[in-house]
Formats: sequence, structure tokens, C-alpha cells
Amino acid sequence: MDPSQLTLVQTQSMLRARQISARELAIAFLDRIDRINPDINAFITVDREGALRAAQQADERLHQGNATPMTGIPIGVKDLFCTENLRTTCGSKMLSRFIPPYESTVTRKLKEAGAVILGKTNMDEFAMGSSNETSWFGPVKNPWDPQRIPGGSSGGSAAALAAGLALATIGTDTGGSIRQPAALTGITGLKPTYGRVSRYGMIAFASSLDQAGPMARSAEDAAVVLQCIAGHDAQDSTSIRADVPDYAKTLYPRMDAIRIGIPTEYRPDNLLPEIQQALEKAEQIFRDLGAVLVPVSLPHTRYAIPTYYIIAPAEASSNLARYDGIRFGYRCQDPVDLKDLYTRTRTEGFGDEVKRRIMLGTYVLSSGYYDAYYRKAQKVRRLIANDFHEAFKSVDLLLTPTTPTTAFPLGDKIDDPVAMYLSDLFTINVNLAGLPGISIPCGTDAQGLPIGMQLIAPILKEENLLSAAHAFQTATTWHQRKPEL
Amino acid sequence: MAHDPLYETVIGLEVHAQMRTQSKIFCGCSTTFGAEANTQICPVCAALPGVLPVLNTELVQMAIKTGLAIQGKIRERSEFSRKNYFYPDLPAGYQISQFELPIIEQGELHVVTDDGNKKKIGITRIHMEVDAGKSLHEGIQGFSWIDLNRTGTPLLEIVSEPDLRSSQEAGAYLKKLRSILRYLQVCDGNMEEGSFRCDANVSVRKQGQTRLGTRTELKNLNSIRRCRCPGNPTLGRHLEHHPSHARQGRGPRLSLFPRTRSPPAGDSSGPH
Ligand SMILES: [Zn+2]
Repeated sequence: MDPSQLTLVQTQSMLRARQISARELAIAFLDRIDRINPDINAFITVDREGALRAAQQADERLHQGNATPMTGIPIGVKDLFCTENLRTTCGSKMLSRFIPPYESTVTRKLKEAGAVILGKTNMDEFAMGSSNETSWFGPVKNPWDPQRIPGGSSGGSAAALAAGLALATIGTDTGGSIRQPAALTGITGLKPTYGRVSRYGMIAFASSLDQAGPMARSAEDAAVVLQCIAGHDAQDSTSIRADVPDYAKTLYPRMDAIRIGIPTEYRPDNLLPEIQQALEKAEQIFRDLGAVLVPVSLPHTRYAIPTYYIIAPAEASSNLARYDGIRFGYRCQDPVDLKDLYTRTRTEGFGDEVKRRIMLGTYVLSSGYYDAYYRKAQKVRRLIANDFHEAFKSVDLLLTPTTPTTAFPLGDKIDDPVAMYLSDLFTINVNLAGLPGISIPCGTDAQGLPIGMQLIAPILKEENLLSAAHAFQTATTWHQRKPEL
Repeated sequence: MAHDPLYETVIGLEVHAQMRTQSKIFCGCSTTFGAEANTQICPVCAALPGVLPVLNTELVQMAIKTGLAIQGKIRERSEFSRKNYFYPDLPAGYQISQFELPIIEQGELHVVTDDGNKKKIGITRIHMEVDAGKSLHEGIQGFSWIDLNRTGTPLLEIVSEPDLRSSQEAGAYLKKLRSILRYLQVCDGNMEEGSFRCDANVSVRKQGQTRLGTRTELKNLNSIRRCRCPGNPTLGRHLEHHPSHARQGRGPRLSLFPRTRSPPAGDSSGPH
């Protein structure tokens, strides 16, 4: 059996039909990780023992007939979900030996459903980055071309899927960190509505933007994973009290009378021509599926990057204050006094990008600058959200490119933060507005690198995103392409 | 105390009252006083990566009760903010408090002054906030111990208008406030255990002026008697020194009875 050829939904029925056991499946994936992970560095920690234990329990459940759709499914989890007794690093030296004494809600739900967690996937340090090059554990390589980045910050989760090292992975998305790497590695990545999935136990970067979501080989697979992790959680007051629909049941292969808005601001002149062409072809496919396409305008789009780079670092600077060397995590050697302990612990424990954002955030929150920066950014954020609100009065979904370019070479932008920040141009506003968005493969560039497109829906309309993505994937095969490894 | 008839003392009080909730403000840990160090803590108390606060409903009810008792305006929408500063017994690196939108505003309290007259004292605001942990230094060489049991204990900060004109009035106000909180069963009012703590802002101005003079903050007046004592050394010192004080800006921060810590002076970032 070649595990890289399976999808989650296919595997479900194989497990139910006893064509394969969860244990065999786990071993097949663990062996493949052993063989391929050294080259792409998608996993920071592989939990062979824990995975085999979970697989054995999954086999018992399958035998007893009380399996869930996730029982026995081998998955990877981004290394910022706290997993009890399993190291959780957040891609940072600061937490390189941190073993949480408690479980995040997302991983608890996955474990309770019987999923088999193979390990913790690589990521940009504290989820700050768009290329997965800021990880303390080294960059992740794009399985389509190991000289190129996989995107970030959920680069390990994306690369693991593209390389066939798991059937699904969990990522998090603060400004595009699920959708951008999904686009650059040719997989399907969904950022749910802010509050759809609990943030409890998910290490915070920017609390008002962070959201966990599934990364998978198809919309159909993503629907199963979202079903498992979505829902209100008493331990996260910002999680939404709303019923979770049966996503798998709402998938529909047609799009008759669905209105798709094409925001003119998301087609800049300098967009890669292959991306422009791929989007035009995708538009035609949606028309063929019965959808109606109309141009719309989101006039405040151009304020996305500056607004985001005030709000996100501001929240991060506060969220990361707890890494002080006092109670857990890295502590510098032989501090002479308290100030030395703080200064050296944080200087040595954080990487450059994290420090850059802490300084930026501390500055915009400092007294005297708060109104000029943070408060103003919050007002602009409201305007950006209103743009979407207006657009959704006349359309059901929005269609945009996910990224302005395909995967760029390692080292290309790491010394130019602003160029790096622009990689998230098309994804950031979705976080600022709290909306759900999905990226699905829709073509390749001249070198055969994947191109992704983004669909955006109103609050809590994940089922519409998944259904549209499923309809597109029923009519196309881009999502089935796999890199040679 | 030099009672110069040309000058009057202006006092505003900030009371921190520990609420008698079953559990802490943002987690399920017990708030019992005097337990062995670090036995009443959880991932939320220790600010472990990934934890989130969940507001204690009982605390909100107690705050509203208190607001009603002082005829305050109760906000339907109030807001928490973080006040960021580094300190070893502040695990998250910020205190969660209410800044712009406190739960109670514009209350009042009536006290009987020593000459037998009734006087209305305005209450600017009451807000909810968390207490910090404790740093223990005594008998330890070269390092400190941190006890996080008190971390997350819910407090109401009750801020009066600068309507008090003497230490006697301040004492009467505190006594009245404490008896209301005790009657409502929201606070045990025990000053020795720190569940009812008072900071005073004191300034002196010429009779008839409306602008406040240079302000001195007196932290942690830990008994009402101390506050009322006519010979209160700090109030007296303030009066004596007044003529040479600068009139603008805030005076130095004083720490009279350092039971608890005030935020260090290097706190440059405001709440957000
Ligand atoms: Zn606790």
C-alpha cells in the first residue's frame, strides 16, 4: 500500500471494511515519514509510540463499531497546539523543551474522535512568517521543489500533506497561515470563521485574528476534519455558540444560481500572469457549474498590510510577554539580576522576526502612540470588515487568488520583511474581518508549481465554501496532482 | 498637623476589595486564603502558553450588587484591557483590568462627618481586575520564590471622587464602604489579610481653588485607624511640605506599608 495515494474519505471506508487496520495505516505513514521527512523537515516531533497506541485503540473502536469519521485517521498537528506530555515548541528555541501539562481543545477533540496523531508539524516561530524559514528547527522544503519555500506559517502542515506524510493536518491562520501554504503546496486549506474552532490550548500569536482549521487533500476531506474540531467551547469565551452543520452532507457538486463576486482590487497589474490565467479558467468552470459571476469592489483592500502589521504585532507583544524565563521555557545561563534574566532570556530565546514584531507591537501600544496607531488600525479594520459586509449583500461568495506569486526560492525574501509581508496581501483582510476562507488548487505555473485560489464566505458559512470547493474539485483534478518524491 | 485655615486637604481613595467568589476571576481555582504555596493554581493561573480567560459570572453579579448599593450606573457593555509590565509574580506579563469601560460608574456614598453633618462622596467608578501573585524574599539567598495562589483573585477597584477633605472623612468613607461590602457578602473586609486595601491620593490647595494641587499617592493604608489617626505622619508631612512642592504634575509615589507591590515605575505601555 502506498499511503501517499489515499484520501481521508477513501481511507474511512477501507478502515470500516477491514481492508486495512489503523495500525497498518499508522505504520505505513510513520515509515514514510522516516524516509521522507529528513529531506523536507515537515515534522518537528514524530510521536511513533503515541501514534501506535492511538492506532491500537482505534482498531478496538472500529471492531466494536463505535468509530467516528476520524477514527484511525493519521494526522499531523501544527506544533502550537498544546499536547499533554508531548513536546510543543511553537517553532521556537524559547519552547524547544516545553512539555505541556494540559491538552488543547482541538487535539482533545481529535483524540476523543480516535484520530491518530503522528506528530507535531514544523512552523514559523510563534507562527510569525510566510515561508517557514523562521523556525528554530530549520526551514521546511516545498515537496514540489526542495529549493523553494512551502509558505508559512503552517508550512510543515502543508508540506506534510503534499508529501503524503498524513491524511490531514491541522494548521492555524492569523493572516493567511493556512491558505497561503496550502496554495503554494497544492492542497486544500480552510480558515474557519473567527470563533468557529476553539483557541483554548493554541499558543496565541494575535488573539483577535488566530483561528485553527483543517488542511487536507480535498474539500471533502477538510469537511470531515472541520466537523470534528468545530463548535463552542466553554474554555474559549470567543468561540461562537452556534450549531455545527453536517458539512459532509451539505457538499453539493453543482453551483446553480450561486453568485460569486470577483473583487477588482484583488487582480493587481503585477499579478503573476499564470495566476491570472488560472483564475480566469476557474471562473469559467464555476460558470459551467451554474454559478453567476459579478464584479464587486472592496475599496479598503489596500490598507490590509499596514492595518495588520499594527494589530497583529500589538497583540503579539502582549501575548509573548509570558516568555520571561521565570516559570517555563528557555532561561538564560546564570543571570546576575532580574533585568538580566529578562533581557538575555528573551534576546537568546526569540528569533529575529519574533523580536521585530515584539518591538513593533510594543511601540504602537506605548502611551502617546496608542491612539495614532492601534486605535486607528482598529477603526480601519472596521472599514475593511464593512467592505465585505456590503459585498455579501449582493453575492454569496468571493473569488480571489490566494497568493500574488507561486512558491519562491528559499532565502529569497527572508532579509526583506516587507516583501515577505506582501505574500499575504490577499489573505490578511479575511482575518481582519473574521470571515471564513478556503484555498484550493486551480493550476500550475510554467515550472509546474501549484497555484491556489481563495473563496471567501460570510460569517459561519463554511459549508458554502466547502460545497463550492467540492463542486470545483468534482469538475477538476488539480487537487489530485502530487509531487514526485 | 498644621491646620492652616488658608489651605484644605483634598483626598480621593482607591479601594481594592477582594471579592468572596468561590473561584478565581478567570479559572476554576479556589480563592481560599493561606493555602500552601502554589497549591491553588492551574495552567490559566500560571499563564501557560495557549490558555484563555473565562470570566467568573459570580464576580459580575457581585460587582453589579455593589454598583446598585452605591446608586451607580451599571454598564451593559463593559470591557477588559491588559496593562502590560514585567514582574515575576505577574505570570502573563500583563494585568487584566478594566480601563475605558468599567462595569460601574457615577455612584455615591453618604457619610456622617465628625461634626455630625451628612456628606455625599462621589464614586467615580468601580471596575473588576485580577490580583497578582506574591514574591517571597525573606530568608532566601540569591533568588526569590513565587507563590501564584493569589494570582487571579478577583478584585473590585472602587475609586472615589476627590471629595474627602480630612483623614476623618476618609476614615468614615472607608468604614461605610466596608460595611456595605460586608452586608452584601461580597467582601470580608479583612484589612490584615489584604482583602480590603486602600490607596489614597492626597493633595493640598488654597481654600476656594478648584484646581488640585500636587498629588501624593499613599499606598496600602492597611487599617482604617491608621487612616483616621489625626497625627497621620504622611498626611501631616504632606501639609508641611506643601508650600515648597511643585504645583504641577504628580508627586512621588510613596510606599508606606509595602504589603503588596505597585507597578514599577518603568511601566511605559498603557492598557490596551
Ligand atoms: Zn487557576
